[in-house]
Amino acid sequence: MMSIHEHTFDAIVVGAGGSGLMAAVYLAKQGSLRTAVLSKLYPTRSHTGTAQGGIGAALGNMGEEDHWEWHMFDTIKGSDYLGDQDAIEVMCRESPEVVYELEHMGLPFSRTEDGRIAQRRFGGHTSNFGEAPVRRACYAADRTGHMILQTLYQQSIKHDVEFFDEFQVVDLLIEDGSCRGAVALNIATGELHIFRSKALVLATGGYGQVWEITSNAVTLTGDGLFLVARRGVPLEDMEFYQFHPTGIRRMGILITEGVRGEGGILRNHAGERFMELYAPNLKDLASRDVVSRAIYKEIRAGRGINGERYVHLDATQLGAEVIENKLPEIADFCRTYLGIDPVTEPIPIQPTAHYAMGGIPTDVDGGVVGMQGEPVRGLYAIGECACVSVHGANRLGTNSLVDLVVFGRRAGIAMAEYCRGADLEPTGEDPAGRSREELEALLSTAGKDGENAAEIRREMKELMMDNVSVFRTDELLSEAKVKLEELRERADRIAIDDPSRAFNLDLTDAWETRGMVELAQITTECALNRTESRGAHSREDYPDRDDENWLKHTLAVVRDGASEIGYKPVSITRFEPKERVY
Amino acid sequence: MRVLFKVYRYQPETREDAYFDSFEFDAEPTDRVLDGLNHIKWHLDGTLTLRRSCQHGICGSDALRINGVNRLACKVLIGDVGSKIKIEPLMGFTVIKDLVVDMDRFFSHYRSVMPYFVNDEAPPDRERLQSVEARDAYDDTTKCILCAACTTSCPSAWSNPDFIGPAAIVQAHRFIFDDRDEGSEERLAALGQRDGVWRCRTVFNCTRACPKEIQITKAIGEVKKAIVADRS
Repeated sequence: MMSIHEHTFDAIVVGAGGSGLMAAVYLAKQGSLRTAVLSKLYPTRSHTGTAQGGIGAALGNMGEEDHWEWHMFDTIKGSDYLGDQDAIEVMCRESPEVVYELEHMGLPFSRTEDGRIAQRRFGGHTSNFGEAPVRRACYAADRTGHMILQTLYQQSIKHDVEFFDEFQVVDLLIEDGSCRGAVALNIATGELHIFRSKALVLATGGYGQVWEITSNAVTLTGDGLFLVARRGVPLEDMEFYQFHPTGIRRMGILITEGVRGEGGILRNHAGERFMELYAPNLKDLASRDVVSRAIYKEIRAGRGINGERYVHLDATQLGAEVIENKLPEIADFCRTYLGIDPVTEPIPIQPTAHYAMGGIPTDVDGGVVGMQGEPVRGLYAIGECACVSVHGANRLGTNSLVDLVVFGRRAGIAMAEYCRGADLEPTGEDPAGRSREELEALLSTAGKDGENAAEIRREMKELMMDNVSVFRTDELLSEAKVKLEELRERADRIAIDDPSRAFNLDLTDAWETRGMVELAQITTECALNRTESRGAHSREDYPDRDDENWLKHTLAVVRDGASEIGYKPVSITRFEPKERVY
Repeated sequence: MRVLFKVYRYQPETREDAYFDSFEFDAEPTDRVLDGLNHIKWHLDGTLTLRRSCQHGICGSDALRINGVNRLACKVLIGDVGSKIKIEPLMGFTVIKDLVVDMDRFFSHYRSVMPYFVNDEAPPDRERLQSVEARDAYDDTTKCILCAACTTSCPSAWSNPDFIGPAAIVQAHRFIFDDRDEGSEERLAALGQRDGVWRCRTVFNCTRACPKEIQITKAIGEVKKAIVADRS
């Protein structure tokens, strides 16, 4: 029997990436509150660290005019008008001050000749409401995410944030419309810990591991998403999942859009700059959904390199100095994994599963809202696992980092305020009972006959890549739905190898596999349900955007293993939807 | 290609002693060593335990001894190592299970150097200005991913666990040479103590081990000079 430990805090942060640490720093700054950060990894292993190209803020440091309103327009257009304009306004207006705040925390941004934060071009970011590319992405070489993660972890240490490293949250204590804490597995010992809290924020990141070719870490399994779904909280806009155009062929490792921002060009087998056909104005700097679809179309038309399923990202015209100074990590990836030098050779790339626009529905302070817009008391969500929605149907490059720090900060402030006026609510008897039962049952399969979790993951990933990726149809999605149900049943019969308590990653892998299949199912059902094409959700059987019927958010709540779908309106404040051309 | 992985195993709940396990299977020369270890875990023996996350050399989870050299398993290709690959946990830390070591001491040394930006003056409305040259002065040490490959390759750290080790010095360097930071006096005092920088014997193992190619020994040398300059 597992022993149980109990803790009580005012606030709990689950996940220690950019958004979680930003919230933690703000909670810690409030002084009197007891705050804990729980992460299944060491904080510095979080995936924010892999973000490369930059964080968008209209600073206008490069001798070009820029305004947060332009950033707002670009984000709305990028979202294919599904993003909530009130939330996008908050994000773009606050972005410059948060970027300055990061600099004040010591973040080592690259600098301009006059000592200001350096900025570069990025896809979909323009001046004067779509006129021409603008330098808005504030960067630290191609390690911007690494610097943000390091800086926020450093600040957490400075402000004495209490960490529980390698603690994996396995259940949320949500009762009668309020969150009263969480249950976590101490990976090192295999023991369960109950964390009671007034307020809890999920900052658990994405679920890119559901797809075969992905830029996401193996640990990005969507834990926060499936945990809330299991407790009856809806998920919003799960059909909108971004494929980044430039992942390293077969491996999916991200090659930043910053390469194209610095002048890199996509080319097909004939060396043609094919983006001229698909986005005559912005070309290679069109938004990600547009570029990924263009690559798929080139490949389908037989214009992939050697007729195969990839194209080239040509950075040779950038020159050695730009590549070594502004894109050193990219150069290192190319040399390490491909054995090529990007200074002289083109990079083989293919679209890679990258970012969930959808997630846990929240207001602009991170507060989680239910199916009818009612708040889930004491529960917050921020970062990729949340859906505010600022990214709508397609996220612009650099806006994930903006989202992390802007809404991480807002949630930290809002939670502190909430904690001051709230009491701890009681938890039911044996709050860890459900988790104990689930994990003990899985542990008891060790060494027995059953399904291999890795095999289920492999089949799910291939299926999602083939049927639920850049282009979708009723036929492909319906087939995926049937096969995912089979996989879910098989996932119930997983047998693991490792019988031990301490550091049993065989156990946690199996547990995550079940959750990922559930998320794949929700994603597929939402994609099947939305009979239009918008942003990253591209239905070949419904190729047009249909504002009359579909200018609305999807809300999916899981009941008896199936998704029940509802809707909520899109906030439109300043910019009426119009045709989206780049 | 056919590969033979010889992997260090320690499963304290079922067996007292450590031992090596061998796994033979087919792999592509372009596969990462981590792909090989994942193959073992996912298809041959689920009890094999190691830390891993991003799989492309950024998160710093999977620093291991690979054929006797500290590397990130995700940043080494099988074809570059050869068909016989020996995998061991990092040296000098307590092994918890298989390839997983206890990192507590590593992170407590890290915390001891005030690894955060210090400047108590009210910041300007916009960014603090910093010249390109001033930014370059500490660029190299901003790359550190805290993987511990350097510290666990250092003979001084092996023989003296209290030595704060190269990684902590790298982290301190990042702030000491940042002209916006004002915490260096305290940092240099801490680093100048008995188990600080002077335990470094300039063996260069750390520099060779760093997966981010940070010139660690050079950075340590710069910190040593700064301490001397500070004292005189």
